[in-house]
Amino acid sequence: MEEILKVNNVCKRYEDITVFENMNLTVKRGEVVVIVGPSGCGKSTFLRCLNALEDIQDGEILLEGEKVDSASKNIGNIREKAGMVFQSYDLFPHLTVLQNLMLAPVKVKKRDKKEVEKEALGLLERVGLLTKKDSFPRQLSGGQKQRVAIVRALIMHPEILLLDEITAALDPEMVREVLDVVLSLAKEGRTMIIVTHEMQFARAVADRMVFIDNGRIVEEGEPKEFFDNPKTDRLRQFLQTFSY
Amino acid sequence: MGFEVLLKGNNMIRLLTGLAVSLKISFVSVAISIVLGVALGILMTLKNPVITVVSRIYLEIVRIMPQMVLLFIVYFGTTKALGINLEAETAAVIVFSFWGTAEMADLVRGALLSIPAIQYESSISLGLNKLQTYIYVIIPQIIRRMIPLSINLITRMIKTTSLVMMIGIVEVLKVGQQIIEANRKASPTAAFGVFLVIFLLYFAACWPISMLSRYLEKKWET
Repeated sequence: MEEILKVNNVCKRYEDITVFENMNLTVKRGEVVVIVGPSGCGKSTFLRCLNALEDIQDGEILLEGEKVDSASKNIGNIREKAGMVFQSYDLFPHLTVLQNLMLAPVKVKKRDKKEVEKEALGLLERVGLLTKKDSFPRQLSGGQKQRVAIVRALIMHPEILLLDEITAALDPEMVREVLDVVLSLAKEGRTMIIVTHEMQFARAVADRMVFIDNGRIVEEGEPKEFFDNPKTDRLRQFLQTFSY
Repeated sequence: MGFEVLLKGNNMIRLLTGLAVSLKISFVSVAISIVLGVALGILMTLKNPVITVVSRIYLEIVRIMPQMVLLFIVYFGTTKALGINLEAETAAVIVFSFWGTAEMADLVRGALLSIPAIQYESSISLGLNKLQTYIYVIIPQIIRRMIPLSINLITRMIKTTSLVMMIGIVEVLKVGQQIIEANRKASPTAAFGVFLVIFLLYFAACWPISMLSRYLEKKWET
């Protein structure tokens, strides 16, 4: 399968603090990679580097062969290809749900308004939020906002979706509705990198698991092996913290 | 009650003309304050140490100094000290803009800082460039946060223009006093009626603005 994202020896430093170094990761089209690790291990920062929200100090990130660099002229184009959904509900509060979805396709991709609206309504129906199209974000629950945020990323037709702990700020009863959407995206063959603390979900959705600790990849592998038969002590310890 | 003096001659028209002077000074000052205040407010978020110190001193001066003292300094002070002969209305506009710019800048700075970084990030993640992010995402949110507060500033300015009669500008309050003085013998109770009407005129000028602010606040509630 075609390689869509290639991370070569990437380092991230803030002055004298090293967040991570020598990160290597290759993601193929249609693959779902789930990254787990303790808080503060650098997994969210790593994800943010992938669409140049954070600069890297060493190495290179290639998205469909193009270098990801916030200083490059083409960065807008590259970011369109990497749809990102954040932990906090980051919808634009002054726009309705439909306007939130239509802003980028119409202003950035210069697509036809009618056509975008049709697509937006279709996607909203798919995530069960068609009736909320004219609501403002403040009128939605956390789970509903997060589903809209996913759709807002999808409507840009990204090559890869980056999901950064998208259920971490949700009430437990809303986690399911969001994860179901992600699961259905995985089934239709979307390429995704997911950072999460939901281990059951990770196991269900992942083609490949990656465990990051102390700024480096400690272990990676198929979900079954990864969860049932961890090779490193560090991963075994980490997984144990999730079972009572 | 003293209302009859208002019907004499063109007294009512004179009062309205006085009100127009007040409103003219406030609106010109507000317009200047918005332009300069937005610019200064953006500069203040840049965290340049020189700008920070200078703007803080400026803001403190405006906060501490009564507007009337500022008016006297600019109007009488400049004439004596610098030999510049300012028109009274120009002096008033300078003082009110000096005041308004400081308050606007503080509002703009606060509004800019209150927009979470994630708004900016999620916008550029969607492929919007910096300019598009400001135009479609950041500025609309800033305006929504600022308009109710700046409208409040406008009404305070209109009310405070009553001070400018102290430097000889014939605005609505001064006209009122003149009418009362002129009719001291014929209608000794004129003060009540005239000042009540002036009160109503200020109310008529400020109330719609206040209502607009409340309407926008409701509409943009986030």
